[in-house]
Amino acid sequence: MISCEEAAILCNKTQYEETTFVQKLKLRFHLFMCRACAGFTKKNTKLSLLCEKANLQVLSKHEKIKMKEQLQKKY
Amino acid sequence: MGAHQLNPDFWVDSYADYLFNFAVVRVSDAEIAKDLVQETFFAGLKSAKNYKGDAAERTWLIAILKRKVIDHYRKINSKKGKAEVRMGYSSNSDSEGDWLEEQVADPYSTLENSAMESTELGLAIQGCISKLPKKQAQVFNMKTIQGISTEDICNELDINPSNLWVMIHRARTALMECLNQNWF
Repeated sequence: MISCEEAAILCNKTQYEETTFVQKLKLRFHLFMCRACAGFTKKNTKLSLLCEKANLQVLSKHEKIKMKEQLQKKY
Repeated sequence: MGAHQLNPDFWVDSYADYLFNFAVVRVSDAEIAKDLVQETFFAGLKSAKNYKGDAAERTWLIAILKRKVIDHYRKINSKKGKAEVRMGYSSNSDSEGDWLEEQVADPYSTLENSAMESTELGLAIQGCISKLPKKQAQVFNMKTIQGISTEDICNELDINPSNLWVMIHRARTALMECLNQNWF
């Protein structure tokens, strides 16, 4: 059985769909046995859901650099 | 002088995303929102001497941005007659029949609530992200919001994947903690 640390990493990777089938199975089995990790996974999944729902947007690095340059000119 | 001070050097890094999200839900256009944020920074710089330090920097900038959003709507409505509210009957003119019934608001609809909720949610998340250490916030943004692949992020920031996952883990744990009171 995998450790809780490993389970946490797998849980995070699952949020970005970067786990293999075997890894998913390992995680499932761990969650079945470990209550704490199951709670963490539940919250973590909720966080992903919230982030998706909020439809967050960020300015790209390039745009930020441009903004900074413009701001500097005004000093 | 109050308890707060202005640091224009850090404005873009610290508040640009927060202000941008605030603006984008109000003008629903990314380009205009970006311009408004830029103008907000300029205006902030210009009136920096009027800043008394009573409010936090971010609150102060948001107050300026609010004015900018209002100005924006004034500007696009400034031509005569444009400020009128216009109601056309229907977007699809071939519909027949129960046209009056169609116009009545659906009392069971929760759509407008959910739109409002997700606006608040967006700002809450953005506010929590801005409390993270800079590097963690950067990695979290790139991975979650911009959806850049692990490999690309590692190359760009010159870190290895296990570093990245540790940072993601810390960022996510902190965010859960921060959002805990209102959203979980």
